[in-house]
Amino acid sequence: MNEFILEMRNITKLFPGVKALDNVNLKVKSGAIHALIGENGAGKSTLMNVLSGIYPYGTYSGEIIYQGKECNFKNVKDSEKTGIGIIHQELALIPYLSIGENIFLGNEVSKNNFINWDETHLKSKELLRKVGLKEDSNTRIKDIGVGKQQLVEIAKALAQNVKLLILDEPTAALNEEDSNNLLNLLLELKEDGITSILISHKLNEILKISDSITIIRDGSTIETLNKGDTDISEDRIIKGMVGRELTNRFPSHKPKIGKVVFEVKNWTVYDPLVEDKKVIDDVNINVRKGEIVGFSGLMGSGRTELAMSIFGKAYGKHISGKIIKDGKEIILKNVREAINNGLAYVTEDRKSAGLVLMQDIRSNISLANLNKISINQFVDDHKEIQVAEEYRKKLNIKSSSIFQNTGNLSGGNQQKVVLSKWIFTDPEVLILDEPTRGIDVGAKYEIYTIINKLADDGKSIIFISSELPEILGICDRVYVMNEGKIVGELSKKEASQESIMKCIMKSDMEVK
Amino acid sequence: MDVIKNLFKKNIRQYAMLIALVVIMIFFQIATKGILLVPMNVTNLILQNGYVFILAIGMTLTILTGGNIDLSVGSLCALIGAIAGTLIITMHMNIVLAIVLCLLLALVIGVWQGFWIAYIRIPAFIVTLAGMLLFRGLTVTMLKGLTLAPFPEGFQRISSGFIPDIFNGFGTSLNFTAIIVGVIISVLYVVIQLKNRVKRQKSGFIVSSITFFIIQIVIIVFVINLFFYWLAAYKGIPIALVFIGTLIVVYTIFTTRTVPGRYLYAMGGNEKAAKLSGINTNKVLFFTYVNMAVLAAVAGIMFASRINSASPQAGLNFELDAIGACFIGGASAYGGIGTIPGAIIGALVMGVLNNGMSILGVGSDWQMSIKGLVLLTAVAFDVISKMKSKS
Repeated sequence: MNEFILEMRNITKLFPGVKALDNVNLKVKSGAIHALIGENGAGKSTLMNVLSGIYPYGTYSGEIIYQGKECNFKNVKDSEKTGIGIIHQELALIPYLSIGENIFLGNEVSKNNFINWDETHLKSKELLRKVGLKEDSNTRIKDIGVGKQQLVEIAKALAQNVKLLILDEPTAALNEEDSNNLLNLLLELKEDGITSILISHKLNEILKISDSITIIRDGSTIETLNKGDTDISEDRIIKGMVGRELTNRFPSHKPKIGKVVFEVKNWTVYDPLVEDKKVIDDVNINVRKGEIVGFSGLMGSGRTELAMSIFGKAYGKHISGKIIKDGKEIILKNVREAINNGLAYVTEDRKSAGLVLMQDIRSNISLANLNKISINQFVDDHKEIQVAEEYRKKLNIKSSSIFQNTGNLSGGNQQKVVLSKWIFTDPEVLILDEPTRGIDVGAKYEIYTIINKLADDGKSIIFISSELPEILGICDRVYVMNEGKIVGELSKKEASQESIMKCIMKSDMEVK
Repeated sequence: MDVIKNLFKKNIRQYAMLIALVVIMIFFQIATKGILLVPMNVTNLILQNGYVFILAIGMTLTILTGGNIDLSVGSLCALIGAIAGTLIITMHMNIVLAIVLCLLLALVIGVWQGFWIAYIRIPAFIVTLAGMLLFRGLTVTMLKGLTLAPFPEGFQRISSGFIPDIFNGFGTSLNFTAIIVGVIISVLYVVIQLKNRVKRQKSGFIVSSITFFIIQIVIIVFVINLFFYWLAAYKGIPIALVFIGTLIVVYTIFTTRTVPGRYLYAMGGNEKAAKLSGINTNKVLFFTYVNMAVLAAVAGIMFASRINSASPQAGLNFELDAIGACFIGGASAYGGIGTIPGAIIGALVMGVLNNGMSILGVGSDWQMSIKGLVLLTAVAFDVISKMKSKS
């Protein structure tokens, strides 16, 4: 018996323009729980997708040795056959099918294509007992909570005789009790000889159950810590996760900050789909004239939800709280009113919510402020073209002309079109949600320069980002969010990667 | 030359359909030994297919919002015809008043369907399928399964009347009013094109080469005048054509030049982005369906006037002709792409096929099959050409 069930050697994976993984090495011991940690975008999920065959053999370089043999998985089915099971952050269950049907989906208990339902439910029952889920196997997935759904996913993996179980942020959407159940289940499975790879942001969980920890940063393995032979502490791990040097990636900027122009008080928002689930909990924030305020936090901490609920209730239910602009309370019932009151929101998802990809640069730029270039509802084409040309030059949008479809532009240039659209509405408060996501370093620098320029023009900027260096590089003040709450407010001086991470960790502890 | 190539490439879809239309026309012109483009038949072609033009205009708007279609328009045409028949033939109501009542009722029906589609968000396919059954049922009930006829002459004139010749043809058999209208429209067209060109040049934008510009104008002016000459050689300008022409112009301007028109395209292109840009997409969707119902009423009145009766079988499959016209004319089944002129070209393709095959004596069974194949070919061409441009 080999000591290591899995060895991934020198894995390199390229995406157009980005090196997602750079010579990554990972060794997982048989029967261990191995944690994989790193910041958002460090490459954890990509690595697991390589392992499970989602990125097929040939699209990456390096070798995967599993159970002593080299494996070239062409698809997920291939990896499943050898006993590798992956459970994604977004669950892959079908809501309107029963638990039993989901467990054996794609792996049906059948003879000559006829499904044996009795056998299916009998086997499901056994598996549900194993994972500690007390539900009837005929219950539909949509009628059980997320925590239980996770257990169904694990049961599904067990049904395929899984030997190596990969879990991507399994507890991100779970409450305390469900998380503990899940972690205990992993320990039980370990007794049965099942190896697990656990991806998580929650350091306390990782320290509790894992035997080894591999830290990934910027697509490279930094180090692997083993229980027992090294001194493992949260501080040690955080340092490993964030410790990178900062060079001149940000334009220098001297802020000219005025008085408070925008305030949100006691803001509470409920999930539009899940009854009684608070997404934003009593948030109080303010922004000054000419100030760039960062919102830091992990994925799912509620930053986007906060921004969209403020922006004319574009998200959420039962919204309560006050919005105060220039000392006066304003009520924003819809997006149009928010725009008319000087708000702008640049979405984190420019392709699906920011641009009309099948239309040209010109129509996209004018879309949110057509009234400005029209008389009696008739659009003045010539004015529109002039406006588009002006922004194309000002923001340096690289394109053949303003008549080029936005769908054919690069990410950075698409983002500039979205920014143009919102700058054209002449907002006083600009909310930027992950404005540099998925764009290259050069374009990032340009976007930072634009943001600085807007602040200098007296606009107030709310800057949401999951990249800590970026937050530290350009923000004048930072709010830290976690689980729908503001858990820290740091001045530029106080803010550092460690201090922000500590705010998040501390609030996680307090919840416990 | 490159400019022409580029322009051609960019608008290949529209030009392709235009070329297809011309090819189909030449084919039938030869096959029917010249009957297709006899002045009388040209007028007939317009009057016969008047309802397709009007319905295709409304349908273009609904398809733009996101590939939504309206299946109820055929039944709605029949229902409005039945109501017009009951009011005018049975109750002897004033024709104008009756028409106004019909249009108002269509507005209410549009509000009804628009409410379910836009605010409750039941898929348009389902709401209008229900409407299709509901309105057909109401039509048959109202007419007790019988046909009401004939309409008084004033009502018939909507589809059979012509603008009288104020010049009396100067002693010839030609209708000079039609010829003069053709000339006026040509002049207006040239003036508007020139004005736009000069304005764009002044603002420093690239315009097409002067040769290309002149060729384009000459062709279009020629077609306009040829068309009006044909009309003049028969009985002049049909009154129905005045309605149809006005609707085409108004809706073309609406979709290309106005703010609400832009909202239609933005919503169909990406509803999420449109919403986040402050567009009330529910309202846009709602008014699209109200508009469709009113246009369906206009088509219904025109059709009742043409067949000079209110029949429970009126308007069968009209919705399919209209939807087909839009897709042949380049509308995207996913929304956000499509034009009124495109839909009109599509309607003409449908119309010429209908008319040409009828002259040739092709049975209605084969006519249907051939129209089905033409629709599939047109959309397949669209999808395949997009695949090519992507790779």
